[in-house]
Amino acid sequence: MADLHPDNPYAKERFPDPQKTVEFPEEARKRFEHILTRYPTREAALIPTLHLCQELWGWISPEIVHYVSGLLDLSPANVFGVVSFYDMFDQKPVGKYRLRVCTNLSCMVSNAYDIYEHLCDRLQVNPHETTKDGLYTVLEVECLGSCGTAPVVQVNNDYHENMSVERMDALLEKLK
Amino acid sequence: MEPIKVLTANIDKPNSTSIDTYIEGGGYETARAALGMKWEDIIQIVKDSELRGRGGAGFPTGMKWSFVPRNAPRPTYLLCNADEAEPGTFKDRVIIEKDPHLLIEGMIIAAYAIGSNPMAYIYIRGEFHYGATVLVKALEEARAKGFLGKDIFGSGWDFDITVHRGAGAYICGEETGLIESVEGHRGQPRVKPPFPAVVGVFGGPTVVQNVETLACVPFILKNGAEWFKSFGTPKNTGPKLYCVSGKVKKPGVYEFPMGITLKELIYDHCGGITGDKKLKAVIPGGASAPMLLPEEIDLPLNFDAVMKAGSMLGSAGIIVLDETVCIVDAVWRLSKFFAHESCGQCTPCREGTNWMESILDRIERGEGRQQDADLLLDMADNIGGKSLCALGDAAIGPVISSVKKFRDEYLHHVTHKSCLPGTKRYRRLDMPVGAH
Repeated sequence: MADLHPDNPYAKERFPDPQKTVEFPEEARKRFEHILTRYPTREAALIPTLHLCQELWGWISPEIVHYVSGLLDLSPANVFGVVSFYDMFDQKPVGKYRLRVCTNLSCMVSNAYDIYEHLCDRLQVNPHETTKDGLYTVLEVECLGSCGTAPVVQVNNDYHENMSVERMDALLEKLK
Repeated sequence: MEPIKVLTANIDKPNSTSIDTYIEGGGYETARAALGMKWEDIIQIVKDSELRGRGGAGFPTGMKWSFVPRNAPRPTYLLCNADEAEPGTFKDRVIIEKDPHLLIEGMIIAAYAIGSNPMAYIYIRGEFHYGATVLVKALEEARAKGFLGKDIFGSGWDFDITVHRGAGAYICGEETGLIESVEGHRGQPRVKPPFPAVVGVFGGPTVVQNVETLACVPFILKNGAEWFKSFGTPKNTGPKLYCVSGKVKKPGVYEFPMGITLKELIYDHCGGITGDKKLKAVIPGGASAPMLLPEEIDLPLNFDAVMKAGSMLGSAGIIVLDETVCIVDAVWRLSKFFAHESCGQCTPCREGTNWMESILDRIERGEGRQQDADLLLDMADNIGGKSLCALGDAAIGPVISSVKKFRDEYLHHVTHKSCLPGTKRYRRLDMPVGAH
C-alpha cells in the first residue's frame, strides 16, 4: 500500500490491512457465481455482490472493497466510489440492529422525531452512532415508502409501521 | 366518485401473492395471447389507450415503446422502475408486495412488444427487502410454470426477469440514474440525448417503466383500449392509485378513475383532517410538487389539471398538512431530503440544495434575515433548469410555492424569532446532526 501521510485521519479506516484477508465461503461463492450469470457485464454484478458481502460480514470494510474489486476486475477506487454513494452500504461496523427511523415529511408530522430523539436519549448515542454494547445503531433515514402507515422504523430488513415511542420501547425489549 | 378495484382487484384475496390465486383470476392468459399477436398491434393498442407513465412525468407509454428502434446493433432492454422513494408515495409497494404476478405479466407483454432481449430487470429499492423476497419467489413460481425462462408459453421466445436491488439512493429512480445503477455505477444521471430509447443500459435501446404503468398493461390488452379510456378523461385515462398520507384520518392507497378531485379524495374518502383541524396546504404529487392552498384543492387529480394549477400530479403521493404544521419546518425537511439525495454531479443542484436547507434551518431557528425569503427565490431561480436531471427542479418546487403562498409565515419567523402561534415544530433543535 502506498505510504500514507501520518496525519491522514482516514488512514486506518480507508486502507486495507494486509494481515486481514477476506474470501467468500463456499455457499456465498455459489451465490456470487449465480449473480454473474444474470448480467451481461461483470461490473453490473457489483451492487448485488456488495449486498452479499454486507449480508455476510455486516459492513463493507476496506479489505472487502479490495476483494470485490479483484473479483470483478474493477479498480478499488471504483468500488469504493460505489460503496460511498449508496446509503445502505455501511463503511464502518454497525450494531446488531440498525434502527432506521424515517423522519421525512409524512413521518415527521406523525411524530417520528419523537421516536428518533427518544432512541438517541435512551440508548445514549449520537445520531448515526452505535451503542457501546454493539447492539444498536440509530440512523435517521429518508422516506422508506411507508407514508400511509407513518411513522415507520426499519430494523435491519423489517419494517415496523404505525410506530410510537411506547411501541418502540416495547420493540427494543425484544431486540437483544 | 366511487372507488374502483382494477389494479387492486387481487390485493385483498388470501394468498394474493401466489401464482395459483393469480391464475384462478384469469392471470397470465393475456400474456399468452399477447405472444401470438404482432408487436405493432400491441403498441397500437397501448397507444390507443392513452396510457401515461405513472412514475411522475406522465409520458405516453405507447409512444415511448414506439421510439425503440428495431434491429439496433445492441440488445434492447426493459427495466421496471420499482425504486419508489418519492416522499409521500407508497403505491408501487402495494402491487409488489400483494400482487407481484400482475407486474410480471405486464413485463412479459411490454418486453415482447418492444422486442426485448431475453433478460429484463426489476430495479427495486434496497429498503424494500420484503418486496424483493416476494418478487423473487413469484419469479420462481412463474419459471416453474413455464411462463418465464426458455420458450415461454411454448411461443419459442426466451424471456426472464432478474430482481436488482438498489442500495438507498433516491436519484436511482431517475431514468438514466437507474440505468447507471443497473450497470454497477454510482447512480448519476446521464446527459440526454441520447435518450434511453436509443442508447440505454449496456448500450442498447432501453425502456424504463414504472411498476403501476406495467401493471396497467395486462388490463389494456385484455379489455381493450376503449374500456381503459372509459376511466378518466381524454388524455388522462385509466385507473390510478393515489397515496394519501400526513394529517388525514384514513391515510392509505386509494384507487379511482383518473381525475377524482383532491377535495373529494381528502374529505369524502380519507375522512377529512385529523382532529377536524383546518387544512393548511396539500402537496399533490410527492415531495417535488409545489404546494396547493385549501382554496385550490377543488381540482381533478390528473396530469393536465394539476399542471394547469401550477403543481404536478407526479407519482400521486398526496401529503396533507393541517393548520398546526409549521410550513418553514416542513419545507426544511423536504429540502434536507433533496440536499441529501442530490447525486453531486451538477453544481447548482449539489450546492443549491444544501444552501437552501441551511437557510431554511436558520429561519426556523429564529436566526433568519429579512431578505431570506427573497434569497430563497433567487437561489431557486439559479437551480431550476440548470442541472442534468429533474432533481434540481424538484427541490425548488416546495420552496418556491411555500415562499409565495406563505410569505407572512416566513417573515413571522424572522421578526418574532419563533413559529407562528398555533403551529408546531416537530423536532428538537439541539440534536447533533448525524453524519450521512
